[in-house]
Amino acid sequence: MELIINHLAWRIGGAQGSGVDSAANLFASAMASGGLHVFGNREFYSNIMGEHSYFELRVSDHPVACPTTRLNVLTTFDAETAIRHSNEIADGGALIYDIKLIDTPFEKIPNLERRVQQDLGKVLDEKGLPRTMNSMLQLAEQRGITLYPVPYEDLLKTDEMLQKLPYATLKKMVNTMSAAASAALLDYDLKFINQGLEETFSGKQKVIELNIRAAEITYDYFKKTFTKPFSRKIEPIESNEKRLYVNGNQAVGMGKIAAGCSVQAYYPISPATDESTYLEGHESFPLKNGDGKGSILVLQTGDEIAAICSAIGAGLSGARAATSTSGPGFSLMAEALGWAGINETPVVVTLYQRGGPSTGLPTRSEQGDLRFALHAGHGEFPRLLVASGDLEESFYDAMRVFNYAERYQTPVIHLLDKGLATYKRTFPYFDSNRIKIERGALLSDEEAAKLESYDRFAYTDSNISPRTVLGQAGGVSWYTGDESTEDGHITEDPIDRILMMEKRANKLVSALQEIPEDEQFILHGDPNATTTIVGWGSTKGSILEALGRLNNADHSVNFLQGRLMSPFPAAAFSTILEKAEHLIGIEENYSGQFAQLIREHTGIAMDYFISKYNGRPITVDEVEESVLEIMGGQAPQKVVLHHGI
Amino acid sequence: MAYSIQDYKSDVHSNWCPGCGDFGILNAVQMSLMDMQLDPHRVAVFSGVGCAAKTPHYIQTYGVHTLHGRVLPFATGAKLANPNLNIIAVGGDGDGMGIGAGHFVGTGRMNLDLTYVLFNNGVYGLTKGQASPTLELGQQTKSLPQPNSSGAVNPLLLAFASGYSFIARGYAYNIPQLKGLIRDAIEHPGLSFVEVLQPCPTYNNINTREWYGGADRKDAEGTARPRVYNLEDQDHDPLISSETATESRHAKVGVFIEKALEWGDAIPTGIFLRNLTQNTYEERIGERIDTYRSEPPARRQIENNQQSVADLEPLFEELRVF
Ligand SMILES: Cc1ncc(C[n+]2csc(CCOP(=O)(O)OP(=O)(O)O)c2C)c(N)n1
Ligand code: SF4
Ligand SMILES: [Mg+2]
Repeated sequence: MELIINHLAWRIGGAQGSGVDSAANLFASAMASGGLHVFGNREFYSNIMGEHSYFELRVSDHPVACPTTRLNVLTTFDAETAIRHSNEIADGGALIYDIKLIDTPFEKIPNLERRVQQDLGKVLDEKGLPRTMNSMLQLAEQRGITLYPVPYEDLLKTDEMLQKLPYATLKKMVNTMSAAASAALLDYDLKFINQGLEETFSGKQKVIELNIRAAEITYDYFKKTFTKPFSRKIEPIESNEKRLYVNGNQAVGMGKIAAGCSVQAYYPISPATDESTYLEGHESFPLKNGDGKGSILVLQTGDEIAAICSAIGAGLSGARAATSTSGPGFSLMAEALGWAGINETPVVVTLYQRGGPSTGLPTRSEQGDLRFALHAGHGEFPRLLVASGDLEESFYDAMRVFNYAERYQTPVIHLLDKGLATYKRTFPYFDSNRIKIERGALLSDEEAAKLESYDRFAYTDSNISPRTVLGQAGGVSWYTGDESTEDGHITEDPIDRILMMEKRANKLVSALQEIPEDEQFILHGDPNATTTIVGWGSTKGSILEALGRLNNADHSVNFLQGRLMSPFPAAAFSTILEKAEHLIGIEENYSGQFAQLIREHTGIAMDYFISKYNGRPITVDEVEESVLEIMGGQAPQKVVLHHGI
Repeated sequence: MAYSIQDYKSDVHSNWCPGCGDFGILNAVQMSLMDMQLDPHRVAVFSGVGCAAKTPHYIQTYGVHTLHGRVLPFATGAKLANPNLNIIAVGGDGDGMGIGAGHFVGTGRMNLDLTYVLFNNGVYGLTKGQASPTLELGQQTKSLPQPNSSGAVNPLLLAFASGYSFIARGYAYNIPQLKGLIRDAIEHPGLSFVEVLQPCPTYNNINTREWYGGADRKDAEGTARPRVYNLEDQDHDPLISSETATESRHAKVGVFIEKALEWGDAIPTGIFLRNLTQNTYEERIGERIDTYRSEPPARRQIENNQQSVADLEPLFEELRVF
């Protein structure tokens, strides 16, 4: 068998609160410190303890950016994970499990949904196998999956150093052991796991010692017991690049700090909260020139209405201000968004989509709010809407959106989703100098003081009026949610109404002319390809990797990634889309919201739509397979993807 | 050069109904600003939506007329971003006690240094006189098709329960007293609340100027006996400070509640409570971020030659792969 080095899809699962995340982070950090690139996807329930969650990691010698359907290694320490996930292991893969649990019957697992019990049970029933974990192992083995039973408890109880500890303490170390078993399987040096433990438990010497011990005995046991080499191996790579292991919430938070956002108001909601708590945890930071320090004030409000209103208020005072939320919260912000629009006041709304409607799938991925984000609020007012496709874009876009907001003096929505929020990746350090800070027509105190008269909403050639902020001498002005004259006082005059509507609307015309093309969209791959995939947001990683695979197999496919959704670059889209013979839309929603938007603006419809709305991210394999199916003429016009656990 | 009252008056013509109590409140706000000689540009008057909420347009300071019920969150954001601003929030009773009641409570918890003036006319003026949350159970003002079937909220008690550290009530037709109350409220270090009894001659035909003035309760000589009276006349001492002994504090709270509940033939006005024992939200932030006042969020330098000044290195180090 051919040995595959440094390409791995690894997954660990377990009850929420049982250390799945710690084990995954430990394993990821062990991989990353060996110079490998890591991508992580966390899937979890809206629950604190007990429900099933899992974490998958892809490890490679080059950057990886998306989830896959085909696992190489499944690591478990409970029966539920082995039962749920064993079918996901690709041929030639491995399953590590706790030998003590194999007789666990399905019905002893309270969180295993009836639907899952029935689907898996049906297969077992047909084969005359009992509905137990062991039967699932047998099925896996029959497919050529290698089984690696590990006696976690016996190992702990027979070790001289560890056996003295209470069992409750011992049990906590099973996740460390499962990471160590994985390292042994992959013939990866244990020192990286130990290093990871030192980082994870930094400062708690005793805990480090115990965990290192647990890792060692597992590693030794594994090496001694399973002598036949596994088909995959991880080898450290020399690298002196400084890298981060960062998720999207953190990347956006860092981008906001870099952009000079100094007020963030929020109300807790998944998957947005972690960004705000990250910011609050880092409210003070040093400045580049070494003197003084910067800060960001994070305000937890009573609801999302208050959050956006406070952010707008902070903007009136001159702060770069933002709020961060998800669909249910954004629903509450609609009226205030319009206030910012009519009052030409910059504000940034970071919107992490999750499964809707209503509370929907609170912790799952969906791209269901594009149309809503485009239209939220009554009446017509300009807004910019930017969709990031990966963590790097999330950081730089988080900086850019403040420029847009101040340049065009209007609300900007930065659209992300649960995938981007929780995906974790290794990256070289971000470079905040890549984005210039542009504050638009903001008057300095000196400029304001020199004004002889001032109208906040003065008609100008650019449609943008010089802006003063509360407290500036010379700039006294008024704001109102009613239509207003140039001075900000209420009017219902029909002529002023026309002028004001046009002034505001025309700002978007300028925006489309001024915003660089790569901030509007990116055409990946051969511009002359015969098939164009059209997508946006967090599916970028899967589409790009699938694109590589398809083109390696001599297909001619490119990928048009939408980024600026409002104003929409219709002309450029028309030109690109007219070139291709076949158009395939890919979106994590039911109705093809981006495809609708494109059709609305260009009249061009997708020939096919690959759609997913089960709350799980689209994997690279799903893209590849469904595009091939379409190209083979085998697919219906709408291909609905089902993968996910 | 001293500011005159004209310096606080904008040139916008006010469009309230003749005789509306809002005129008196507007005058009192302008007079208090003049009394304090506040630079107009350092003052921002925020409002919600309603008749009352038109007030900022008539004042020559920064004026922000926001959304129905949302005045306090807007004002909060502006104040937190620049704690050196003088911020006055105004709005109707529907605005503050109905659609904005959650924000009224939430803001109370913070003890920000700003002032909220509630124009209480018992009705939704601008939408033609429906019952507001302060209209009493069973009352039927002019435009109600049926008597009010809900009870009234007590703004003073709600303010107390929420944590407002200065609580007062004025009367729209007693401008000298109201001017003083608003000034005291602005000068109070912390969140201050001034409820103003505001007759709405167009829609509230029950709590009228005549009713407050006691025109229906003449004494033997035929002189009206006003319902509104000044707490100062009863030597009410609203102050709670760090020197106030615990028992005395409890007693003061008891008196506060008693006074806040008084209604009908005797309606107290004046300062009900002045609690100096709580630090402000701004002080709490300042304890964590020592540059908060000297370089407030809204005024902080964020770029140098268009390059971000924030040093992200420590953030990167924290997530660094070793
Ligand atoms: C979200 C929303 N709902 C309803 C309205 C309609 N509306 C405008 S003013 C008002 C009530 C105003 O009453 P109050 O706050 O007591 O102010 P007043 O007019 O009495 O001074 C209402 C319901 C609105 N502007 N916005
Ligand atoms: S309706 Fe009432 S509150 Fe509104 S302006 Fe007229 S009198 Fe004043
Ligand atoms: Mg009212």
